[in-house]
Amino acid sequence: MSDSCAAPDQDLALPASVDLAKETVLSGTVVNEEGELVQGAYVRLLDGTGEFTAEVVTGEGGQFRFFAAPGKWTLRALSRYGDATGEIEAARGVNETRLAVSRLGDTP
Amino acid sequence: MAREDVLVTADWAEENLDTPGVVFVEVDEDTSAYDSGHIKGAVKIDWKDDLQDPVRRDFVNQEQFSQLLSERGIANDDTVVLYGGNNNWFAAYAYWYFKLYGHESVKLLDGGRKKWELDARDVTTETVKREATSYEAKPLDWDLRAKRDEVEAAIGVKNLIDVRSPDEYAGRLLAPAHLPQEQSQRAGHIPTALSVPWSKAANEDGTFKSEAELRELYVTEAGLDEGKSTIAYCRIGERSSHTWFALRELLGYEDVKNYDGSWTEYGSLVGVPIALGDEPGTK
Repeated sequence: MSDSCAAPDQDLALPASVDLAKETVLSGTVVNEEGELVQGAYVRLLDGTGEFTAEVVTGEGGQFRFFAAPGKWTLRALSRYGDATGEIEAARGVNETRLAVSRLGDTP
Repeated sequence: MAREDVLVTADWAEENLDTPGVVFVEVDEDTSAYDSGHIKGAVKIDWKDDLQDPVRRDFVNQEQFSQLLSERGIANDDTVVLYGGNNNWFAAYAYWYFKLYGHESVKLLDGGRKKWELDARDVTTETVKREATSYEAKPLDWDLRAKRDEVEAAIGVKNLIDVRSPDEYAGRLLAPAHLPQEQSQRAGHIPTALSVPWSKAANEDGTFKSEAELRELYVTEAGLDEGKSTIAYCRIGERSSHTWFALRELLGYEDVKNYDGSWTEYGSLVGVPIALGDEPGTK
């Protein structure tokens, strides 16, 4: 358990001390337009009102992970390959999402 | 104080990488970020190993800070440009130290490591070696640092700004959402503290918002009383350094302190008042 506010290594396995019966984990990967995992992407967690909650940086496996609460969340990824936005309705346990970044962003 | 006195742009940084008397310093908790690639010529400071006392729960003293900067090859008359990860939290925290110990010329790289990476600017893994100096820090400036008794006395008297996320403020979460939630200290906030999450002061790319946007945020939206002194806090004093920077260095309010004990200290004190929920609460 880190005593700072910074993000722990996102490639590590879920710590054994995390109780999935109690925790709501939002995790997933960031990929680029070629489907390759993106290292060094900034993933931001926004709450149901669009308010910023937390941000992590993906590791070599393009992975991110947040500990939140059940409910509606928005995930926003920024990278040198472009951006992506994803909506998620989270429940207790692990909630997986894949974010595909592109220069087009979320324009239709 | 003007924005260019305390912030440099990534373009300015790129043009001044080799300028004599300008020292770039990356400040991170996770120094593997620095080791995987850093701005050319930048030295590193580790948030924990270099800036915290190894024994007492406190940060480095005047002598320790002098020794650290001497070892890093930083002179009293150098212009220090700080940058780091996490939207410059650690760089802003280090900036606060440089001010606490009286360094004349120190600036933040606007957007920090994030903006630099999103712009796909060059980084290097070259080892940086600077000649050691004889740095002499000044005595700690207590006008910039708040301690717990002062914070409790400020309830209902001064502006208290809680910069944690809304859920931490309300007591629904005990830690930021990227960390497990198993900590045991009490949840909530200091009564009468206004909730202005640090992130509202920054754009998505990590740069600081404009002074006009910041004034709108703190004064118009949150209700900061410009005639009063201000104390900012978060969980351990890093995110609040970011807000302290916005309030004192960018907006120019004179009496702004950072409470580095923050919620990990306050939320563990016996007998102090705590407010729960989304409202500031009363004295």
